[in-house]
Amino acid sequence: MSDRPGSGADVIWAAGSPGLGAPADTEWEMVIGLEVHAELLTRSKLFSGSPNAFGGEPNTNIDPVCMGLPGTLPVLNRHAVELAIRVGLSLGSLVQPSVFARKNYFYPDMPKDYQISQYDRPINVGGSLELPTGKVIGIVRAHLEEDTGKTTHMGGAGRIDDAAYSLVDYNRAGVPLLEIVSYPDLRSPAEAREYVTELRSTLLAVGASDGKMEEGSLRVDANVSVRPVGAGEFGTRCEIKNVNSLRSLGRALEYEARRQIRMLSVGEPVTQQTRHWNEDTGRTSALRTKEEATDYRYFPEPDLVPLDPDPAWVERIRAELPLLPRERRHRLAGLIGEDPARVSLVTERGQDDLALAAIEAGAAPAAVLKHLEQNLADGSGELTADGLAELIGMEARGELTSNQVKDVLAEMVRTGESPATVARRAGFEAVAAGELAAVVDRIIAEHPEEWRRLCAGDGRERKKMQGFFTGQVMRATKGQANGRDVAALLADRAGS
Amino acid sequence: MTAAGPALAIAAAVRGGERSATSVVEESLAAIASGAELAAFNTVTAEAALARARRIDDAVAAGEDPGCLAGVPVALKDNICTRGVATTCSSRILEGWEPPYDATVVGRLNAAGGIVVGKTNMDEFAMGSSTENSAFGPTLNPCDPARVPGGSSGGSAAAGAAAMTPVALGSDTGGSIRQPAALCGVVGMKPTYGRVSRYGLVAFASSLDQIGPITCTVADAALVYSAIAGHDPLDSTSIPEPAGDMSGALGEGVAGLRVGIVAELSGEGIDGDVSARLGAAAESLASLGAEVGEVSVPAAVYGLSAYFLIAPAEASSNLARYDGVRYGLRVPAATAADMNVATRTAGFGDEVKRRIMLGTFALSAGYYDAYYGKALKVRTLVLRDFAAAYERFDVLLAPTSPTVAFRFGERTGNPLAMYLSDACTVASNLAGHPAISVPAGSGADGLPVGVQVMAPALGEAVMFRAAAALERAQADRRPAGSGGATAGSASP
Repeated sequence: MSDRPGSGADVIWAAGSPGLGAPADTEWEMVIGLEVHAELLTRSKLFSGSPNAFGGEPNTNIDPVCMGLPGTLPVLNRHAVELAIRVGLSLGSLVQPSVFARKNYFYPDMPKDYQISQYDRPINVGGSLELPTGKVIGIVRAHLEEDTGKTTHMGGAGRIDDAAYSLVDYNRAGVPLLEIVSYPDLRSPAEAREYVTELRSTLLAVGASDGKMEEGSLRVDANVSVRPVGAGEFGTRCEIKNVNSLRSLGRALEYEARRQIRMLSVGEPVTQQTRHWNEDTGRTSALRTKEEATDYRYFPEPDLVPLDPDPAWVERIRAELPLLPRERRHRLAGLIGEDPARVSLVTERGQDDLALAAIEAGAAPAAVLKHLEQNLADGSGELTADGLAELIGMEARGELTSNQVKDVLAEMVRTGESPATVARRAGFEAVAAGELAAVVDRIIAEHPEEWRRLCAGDGRERKKMQGFFTGQVMRATKGQANGRDVAALLADRAGS
Repeated sequence: MTAAGPALAIAAAVRGGERSATSVVEESLAAIASGAELAAFNTVTAEAALARARRIDDAVAAGEDPGCLAGVPVALKDNICTRGVATTCSSRILEGWEPPYDATVVGRLNAAGGIVVGKTNMDEFAMGSSTENSAFGPTLNPCDPARVPGGSSGGSAAAGAAAMTPVALGSDTGGSIRQPAALCGVVGMKPTYGRVSRYGLVAFASSLDQIGPITCTVADAALVYSAIAGHDPLDSTSIPEPAGDMSGALGEGVAGLRVGIVAELSGEGIDGDVSARLGAAAESLASLGAEVGEVSVPAAVYGLSAYFLIAPAEASSNLARYDGVRYGLRVPAATAADMNVATRTAGFGDEVKRRIMLGTFALSAGYYDAYYGKALKVRTLVLRDFAAAYERFDVLLAPTSPTVAFRFGERTGNPLAMYLSDACTVASNLAGHPAISVPAGSGADGLPVGVQVMAPALGEAVMFRAAAALERAQADRRPAGSGGATAGSASP
C-alpha cells in the first residue's frame, strides 16, 4: 500500500527526459483500461464434460467436444452461467438475455479455429468496482467465453516464427472464462494494480475464480494511452499482453507510458498497436498494428440457443451472494468510525469478521485495529474473537506489559487458548492491585532513607529515587508489576 | 390401403422369426457388391453388419424384441459419425480419421435394431447437388447411369433406388435429401429443424442442417423418422418434445385437407415434365377430397440468394477446424501457418473452397450487414410468408427439383446453374420446416420426378398424411411391378 499515490487521484507524470524536444515541464497523465480474463471455478468445461483442472498431464482433460472433433456440438455449462451472473451482480451489472457468437481466427491451440464468445449481447453489461480509496471504476461488460489450449514452441528462441516445432496441450481448451472489461477510468499503474486486487478479491468472495495469476487463472490485458494533463481527448492507445503478475502489470504500464511520452515529446505519433510485455527485458514490443488486426468475422453461434436466464433464478443468486469486499470495508469502517480505506488491510486479509466479533465482545475498536494490522499480518490462526477481546481488556487494565501482550497473542494464534491461560503458563501473572500496594508499602518501610530523599528531593533526585523504588518493586514481584501502576502508587504515597 | 414398404416388411419378418437378420444383411451386401459400379458407397462395413445381424438373430431366438427396425440394413451418408469407422465427408481432408464416437442417430438406429451396412458417397462436405463434388468420384444414378443421382446425399439415394438398402440416412441443408430422392425416384424427408439430433453430423451449415431418411415408401420414412427423432441433450438446438408415432397419420387420407401449390416455386424455371407431374399430383389429391389452391410465398424467390449467403458463411467457420493440426490430412510445411494453408489447399475440392471464400467474404467487416445480415432478414421474411400461407393451407405443394436428373458434367462448369438445383428446396431449410419428396411418376424420358410436400414447423404428421395419400394415388396409376424391388422387400 505504500506505493499508493496519495488519494488515488490522477497521477501526474513529468516527461523528465531533457533534450527530447518537448517542453520538459509538460505533465502527462496515463489513461488505463483493463481486460481481465478470469477462469471460472466450474468442475467441467464451458461446453463439455471434461474436468476444468490445472496442471494435468498434457491432453488428458479433453473430450471430443472441446477438441472440436467433426460433428460435435457445444452444450452450455449451467454452473458457468451461474458464476458469471454472480460476478455480474457483484459488479452491479445488468444481467441480460445474451447470445453466443463465434470469433473466427486460425490458431493451432484453438481446436475449432473459432472461439465461442459473446459479442454484441454479453450476459453482463455495465456496473462498477469501488476501490478501497473510494474511487469508482466503470465496468463495460463481463462476458462468457471459452479458453484456448496452450502452445509451447520448441527450439529456436521459443517463438512461433523460429521454433523447430510446437507442442499443443488442449487441457485448457474450453475452460470457462469471464472477460471483465473496465472503462478507461484508471490513471496510474498503482491504481491499475489496486483495481485488479479488488476485482480478484470480489471474484474470490463470490467463489467465481481462484484468481491465481501465476497459474494463469487470472489474466490481464491493459489498454494504455497518455495525454497532457487537462487534455479532454484520449491519446492513441496500445494494448499490452502477456502480463502475468501484479508486479508485471505495474512495470509494463510504467514502461509503456514512458515509451509513449518519449515518442510524443519528440513529436512522434503513437500508433495503435498490440504490444507484448517481456518480463526479462522489462520492455514491450509490437505484436501487430491496428491495420494488421484480424477480422474476427463474428456471427451468432448457430449451435447454441440464446441464453435467457430465468429472472427468479437471477434473484435467487443475488439473495445468496456473500458480503463483498467493498461491503465488508464499509461495515467495519462504519462500526469503528474510520474511513473505509483505513480498514482495507484488515478486510483484504479476511480478518474483519474477527474484528467485528471482538468489538462486539467489548474490545476497543482502535485496539482491535492496531493488533490486526500490526501483530496479525501472518494470519489470525486459532485466535478467537473472545480471546482477542479479553486480551485487549487485560492490556487496558495494565495486567500485561505491551511486550507480554505480543507474546501472549502469538501463543493464542497458535493454540486458540484464552489469554489468561497463556499468561499464567508463561508466568506473566499480573500482580493484583491490592497486592501491589502492599508490596510498595513494604518496600517504602524497608528503605526509609531513600523514601525521604524521594519525597524531599528536587526533580532529578526524585526521578532517580522513583527508579530505585520501581526496581525494588519489580524485583519483589519478579517483574510482574505494571510499571505505570507502580508509579501511580509511589506518587500516591509521596502525597504528590 | 397404405403402402408398407421393405423396411417395415423386413422388421416384421425378423421380429416374427420368419426371416433371419443375417440373411437380410447378406442380401443387402450382395446387392451393394453387384451394384459397385454405381459407386454409392465409400465404405461397406460388412463384418460389423453381419456380427450385429447375428446378435439380433440371437435376441429374437431368445424371445427378445430387437425393435421397430429389427434387421433392417441402413446406409449412412458419410458425414454421419460412426465410432471406429472412417467418416470422410467425401473429402481428402478427413483422410484417415475415424470418429471416437457414434452420432446420436446411429445410437438410435442401433437401439431400434437397425444394422448399419456402410457409408455412402456424397458431395464433399454436402456441398453440391450432383455428388460430382466427391473427392472419390461421382455416384451414378441407378435410373440412368449417365446421369447424376442428385446431391449431396447422392450415394444414399442411389443405395435406396438400387435396392441395396431399404433405408438410408442423408443430411439436408438446402435440399440434399429431397433433391437426390426425387432424381432417383425414392422418398426423401427433411424433418423440422431440431427434431433429429445433429450430434455427430459433420456440420456444413449448422442452422440449416437436418438428418432425415431416404426410403422406398412414405411409411418407411415415417418409421425411420420416428426411430431417430426426439430430444437429445447433446444438441442444444434439439427440440425438447417427443417426435411421436406417425403411423396413424399415414392412413388418414386427405379429405378436407387444404393443399396450397406454391406459385413462386412452381412456375418460372420449372421443366415442363416436372410441372406436368406436379399438376397431376395436385389433381389426384383433389380427387381424394383435398381442397387444392394456389398460394403465394413471395419471399421464397429470394430463398436461394439468402441460402447461398447463410450456408457458406456458416460453412466458412465450421470448416476452419480442418487445419492439419489434430486429425485428417496434414501437408507438412515450414511453419504452422504454411502447413495450414498447404493442407487446406490440397485437402479441399474446388466447390468447398468456393463456398469458404464466399462465406468468409459475406461475414467480413464492412460486408456483414450487406450480405449475411441481409440474408438473415430474408430468412425472417420467408418465415413470415410461410406463416401467412399456413393460415390458409395445411400443407404446401411444390416440385422437389426444377428438372429431372441431369447428365454428368452438364452443370459442373457453371456453379450458378448447379445452385439452381436447390431452388425449390432451400425455403424449407431457411424456415426450419419439414418437407418430403415423394415420387410422382416420370417425365417423357422415363426419369423420375419428385413432388414435395411441405408443412409448418412440427407438422410432420400432416406432412406424412398428405405424402402417403400422394404415394397411394401414384401407385394406383402405376403398372404393377414398377416400384423398384428391394432386397427382402415384401409386397404391401
